[in-house]
Amino acid sequence: MAEITYLEAIREALIEEMERDVNVFCLGEDIGRYGGAFKVTDGLIDRFGEARVLDTPISEVGIVGAAAGAAHMGMRPIVEMQFIDFIANAYDMLTNYVATSRYRALLPCPMVVRGPSGGYVRGGPFHSQNPEAGFIHTPGLKVVYPATAEDAKGLMKAAVRDDDCVLFFEHKYLYRRVKAEMPAGDHVVPIGKARVARGGRDLSIITYAATVWKALEAAATLEKEDGLSVEVVDLRSLAPLDDEAIQATARKTNRVLVVHEDTRTGGIAGEITARINETSFAWLDAPVLRVTAHDVPLPYAPQLEDFVLPQTTDIVRAARTLAAY
Amino acid sequence: MPTGRRTPRRSATGGPAVAARDSESPSTQLSSEQRLELYYWMRLTRTLEERLVALYRQTKVVGGLFRSLGQEADAVGSAFALERRDVLSPLIRNLGSMLVKGATPVEILRQYMAKGDSPTRGRELNIHFGDTERGFIGQISPLGDMVPVMAGVTLSFKMRGEDRVGLVYAGDGATSTGAFHEGINFAAVQRCPLVVVVENNGYAYSTPTSKQTAAARFVDKAIGYGIPGERADGNDVLAVYDVTRRAVDRARRGEGVSLVELMTYRRKGHAEHDNQSYVPDGEVERWERENDPLTRYSARLRDEFDASDDEISSIDERVRRDVDEATDVAERSGPPAPLDALVGIYADPPAEKPLWYREGQESAVAAHERAEGWGTFNTTSKASS
Repeated sequence: MAEITYLEAIREALIEEMERDVNVFCLGEDIGRYGGAFKVTDGLIDRFGEARVLDTPISEVGIVGAAAGAAHMGMRPIVEMQFIDFIANAYDMLTNYVATSRYRALLPCPMVVRGPSGGYVRGGPFHSQNPEAGFIHTPGLKVVYPATAEDAKGLMKAAVRDDDCVLFFEHKYLYRRVKAEMPAGDHVVPIGKARVARGGRDLSIITYAATVWKALEAAATLEKEDGLSVEVVDLRSLAPLDDEAIQATARKTNRVLVVHEDTRTGGIAGEITARINETSFAWLDAPVLRVTAHDVPLPYAPQLEDFVLPQTTDIVRAARTLAAY
Repeated sequence: MPTGRRTPRRSATGGPAVAARDSESPSTQLSSEQRLELYYWMRLTRTLEERLVALYRQTKVVGGLFRSLGQEADAVGSAFALERRDVLSPLIRNLGSMLVKGATPVEILRQYMAKGDSPTRGRELNIHFGDTERGFIGQISPLGDMVPVMAGVTLSFKMRGEDRVGLVYAGDGATSTGAFHEGINFAAVQRCPLVVVVENNGYAYSTPTSKQTAAARFVDKAIGYGIPGERADGNDVLAVYDVTRRAVDRARRGEGVSLVELMTYRRKGHAEHDNQSYVPDGEVERWERENDPLTRYSARLRDEFDASDDEISSIDERVRRDVDEATDVAERSGPPAPLDALVGIYADPPAEKPLWYREGQESAVAAHERAEGWGTFNTTSKASS
């Protein structure tokens, strides 16, 4: 089977799920005839028609709210945020309405909200964000953020089938840069399970999304130049977190670096650090360290963006500090 | 009155003028049983709320209490225009709508008293609950949010070719929200079978409509969405039924969204604690005296529809009995089991685990009650020690 990109893998999952279940439908801005700002839904309207691939007004509140209402009635809506930055407009609807629906009203709300996320693309403050932390903080939502094409497909299929709302962050830097051959058959990756992207003995890097690839680059450098055996754990799901995998790697290597592209304060690295502290303090040979974006809005100029965001060299440097601790 | 502009539009305050009904009006098709049923639901709403006030004063209602006094016709008449298979989303002053859709007094009482067998198992307040089987979807507190949700509910009807209609209520205040605009616009574009009812009761908490909008009439907003709009006297239950039924029929015929504005008046504060200090002297009393929906309707039943005093008083009696029985049943219900707080956030996993310092504990209530040393509750003993 031929290799397909991360973006094509998402599209393949959408097509397969829409074919599998007539209740699955897509809605969002410019997703129909135009195929979406990044062409994720390209061709879907020809295959499934306007009734199942809805072009909507510019209305994140309206779209997410309508998806929730349809989900209550047994539909399986997949909402596209044209850029994930705009999910902030629907924050109320997602956190107050959707997330609480099952709990407060015993009313299921199975839906997916997906969209292009992340930086390294010179997108500036409103086309580069990683807003996952606010949603991880909200009980009732699930959050996934794949790094590989296989996981992009498998997690999307799991998200569509999940009986609750799943926020599906797609890294736009990875859309056309990573490729893989898809596993045969009905490829579903369970939500809540991390993946060891590279095994190692000396220290662990826990990360997700685009920085998985930077961590793998750093691990290769550290092996070559320092003789360090670095384990890289790709979280894949951020809510729920895979506590077992986090604990296993921390207890195995005794040194943990948490890396994410999101800003530092209130980012998920703090949460992971706290969990390791609570469960595995006695196993640690060094404090858990973080490599993250600086706490600034993401600027446009390459010189500025590259300085703000975590780079492979930052990870190498932090890992050396950790290894020498 | 809060503004001079309001006065002429509320001519109904001048007395219980009988709304013009021509032979085309849907309400002319109602049977005498149905006309009495309307009265039953209105009376049940009022009596049930009066019972809740008593329970509130006995501190048996856990949270706040929200009245729909004076708005019973608006709630009941609009919900009565729906078929059983249709779905509505009520607001805090739509107890009457929920009763029409099959919510029971026992459920309402259990909700207010935070009982373990209440419809939300003690998770949500007051009448914030729903049941898709019976066709009502519980609201949340951020206002306007139910408009997009009901756009989606009715979108699903359209997608599946189901002969069903949705109705969503929004107060005068909610019309100012982004969600109201986005939801109604989305539904209008998609031609969803949806009726949006704006209940103009004069106040959003303490804010008069003159501070909510510069528009002369909420119904005029329909023009901007490219949908039909109609306004009616919200304290005339048959006028409410007529205007809503016409909008429901349009939706059912595939003609999309309608906006209905119902003119009514909130005779109590936002909630029981609110003393309405912001209301001009005499305003509430005038509405009570001149434009009470139950007084108006019972007079009309007698004068226009030949209902006997006995028929009406036997409904009042039946309602009293129903509410008494429901109160007895609801009061016997126990509180929720504390650990149920951790169940059902997701389908999978089915429950959260208790945090380690709660493990093995059945309840935190004892520890949570105002123990000695809780600030202002016990300052004297602290100061002397």
